[in-house]
Amino acid sequence: MPKDVTDVICPFCGTLCDDLVVTVSDDNKTILGVKNACAIGAEKFNHQRLPGRVTRPRMRQADGSFKEITYDEAIDWTAKMLVKSRKTLMYGWASTSCQAMSIGHEIAEKVGAIVDNCATVCHGSSLIAIEDVGVPSCTLGEVKNRADRVIFWGCNPAHAHPRHMSRYSIFPRGFFTVKGHKGRKIYCVDCRYTDTAKCADEFIQVQQGYDYELLNAFRTAARGEVLPDTVGGVPKEKIYEIAEDLKQGRFIIIFFGMGLTHSMGRNHNIDIAINLTRDLNDFTKCAIMAMRGHWNVTGSGQVLGWQYGFPFAVDLSRRDQARHQTGETTSVDLLNRSEVEACFYIATDPGAHFPVDAMISSSKKPTVTIDPHIQCTTEISDIHIPVAMVGVEVGGCAYRMDNVPIETRKVVDPPEGMLTDEELLTKINHRVDELLLAGGA
Amino acid sequence: MNTVTLTVKKVPELYLECENVNPDVFAGKTADKIAKLPGYQGKEISTLGEYFTIAGEAGATAAETKIIINGDCSKMKYLGAKMTAGEVVINSACDMYTGSWMKGGKLVVNGDVHSFCGLAMAGGEFTINGNAGNYLGAAYRGDWRGMSGGVLRVKGNAGSDVATFMTGGEMIIEGDVDIHIGTHMEGGKIIVKGNANRRVGGQLVKGEIYIFGKINVMMPGFKPAGEVALEVDGTKAKFVEYLGDLGERHPKKKGETVYGKLFLKQ
Repeated sequence: MPKDVTDVICPFCGTLCDDLVVTVSDDNKTILGVKNACAIGAEKFNHQRLPGRVTRPRMRQADGSFKEITYDEAIDWTAKMLVKSRKTLMYGWASTSCQAMSIGHEIAEKVGAIVDNCATVCHGSSLIAIEDVGVPSCTLGEVKNRADRVIFWGCNPAHAHPRHMSRYSIFPRGFFTVKGHKGRKIYCVDCRYTDTAKCADEFIQVQQGYDYELLNAFRTAARGEVLPDTVGGVPKEKIYEIAEDLKQGRFIIIFFGMGLTHSMGRNHNIDIAINLTRDLNDFTKCAIMAMRGHWNVTGSGQVLGWQYGFPFAVDLSRRDQARHQTGETTSVDLLNRSEVEACFYIATDPGAHFPVDAMISSSKKPTVTIDPHIQCTTEISDIHIPVAMVGVEVGGCAYRMDNVPIETRKVVDPPEGMLTDEELLTKINHRVDELLLAGGA
Repeated sequence: MNTVTLTVKKVPELYLECENVNPDVFAGKTADKIAKLPGYQGKEISTLGEYFTIAGEAGATAAETKIIINGDCSKMKYLGAKMTAGEVVINSACDMYTGSWMKGGKLVVNGDVHSFCGLAMAGGEFTINGNAGNYLGAAYRGDWRGMSGGVLRVKGNAGSDVATFMTGGEMIIEGDVDIHIGTHMEGGKIIVKGNANRRVGGQLVKGEIYIFGKINVMMPGFKPAGEVALEVDGTKAKFVEYLGDLGERHPKKKGETVYGKLFLKQ
């Protein structure tokens, strides 16, 4: 008899939906169906039963092909690489559990590596801005129950976080937002007319690369100062009108995405958006939130944050101190400048997201990739170690985009004999200990 | 003043952290002792003697010590960082953090420097006879205090994020600068003799920025306040004065709001 597992957490995006129902086969091995999830989330679960999954580690041979090896061989090779390398990049972490990250960081401390997560090519610029000016934020529950002015700036949840709008930001009826969509005024600021813009009451089309200037204009307008006739293609009358309407709101929330973090100025765009949020708090309540992508990239920032004080790009090579400098200890810069000797990738796919030059540099170094699937990075790795899918085949702690920790659930068993991230990293950690005790690799 | 001459004999494979190459550390040391000072490359700790041939002897104090570095330093970080007195001349391009947290003395780089140089500089004289990278004279990541004193001069161009959170001192860039100059600035003076790209003085609280060339896009939070005739770094000219950033908070002095000032040469 197939059974339904309820209240399943979706391990896809930073929204971490917690109301999925997954139908599982009698033997607990196959997922038969997924309810309540968006198309992307459902696909993450349906992946599990796809044929052709790699179930044992593979090592690249001289002719470029892969040969199956045992977990022990893979663990030994990885540990030796980590111990030998003077500077190793340990990148990824965004799609694994906080428990696994913690073990990974223990290894990094021992071998003097640099730990970086997907924020480095995503919301890293938001984190820099937060380091500079702090952040007045809130939880998604507060947004659902209180927000009556919602601004989507440079983000497109209709595609990237498909259930965000229905669960939290546009449509739900909350305690103080009983009218749901009708009680909220939705603004969308973007350089193109997105599907999210279609759901908005007002779409403000900003010229590409003029977000900083437009945010500056909103701050200037909120203070009642003079403005030039147009800013970033938006007429000043419109800017004054919106600034006044925002002041009339009871609770304003600004959601922002890659449109701000990866257009000209990067962290400065977030910095000034945070300062606009601060300014608006002189008139009403206002909060700001990053639309985090990977389901547990926030968790990686949290774990690194409480362990070392920095949310990403943490350089542990000097042992006695943790260092962090975006532009120096960030993955792409390290690879472009060939500042590392070995690469260790886990729970992510830099091959699909990093600039080509960085990956060319990476492909020339000893590389280990730990991931359930065959992906771009595994194809340039010396070793690919498959693991169980976190959030599907094993549980673990994850942080939602609003920094709320949620324990993900195990739904089905992993393939026979397959290790989880935690088990694998623990074994690598032990092997590193043995090697260090014996005096190196 | 005693002179120590360092000549690069081996270029590091990764990047060498040379935080021990400054007059303060060298003071009172012989060439042999200097050669034994640690240099860092990732987790590997080696010695300066492995990468440099060292000649001469340091003075008794930092103020009496001059360091000359020859050879390719383009893979060396932290050269002259945290120096408080004395003199350092580098006849090469250098990497990050050159002259950062400098408090005094004189540092001359006859070449280009990478990013994060002159970071949070508090005093002394730092001259770059080449181009500078990003974050020149800015604050360390997360700090709200950038360059606070001294004179920083660049003969060539500088990158973006120059003088972020600057609170004092003087910076002269004889070439062009990229985006975001003087962001969050709370004091001091920046002179750009070439062109500035965009976002000049964004979130400017206090301080002065002089631009001799053109600004690609002016920030909306600046309003013109008339023309003034000034002498800036030896050049007499007419400037249009702007007050800003009107979107940012500003302190009050004797009941009057104090704005940051941007001067654009006519």
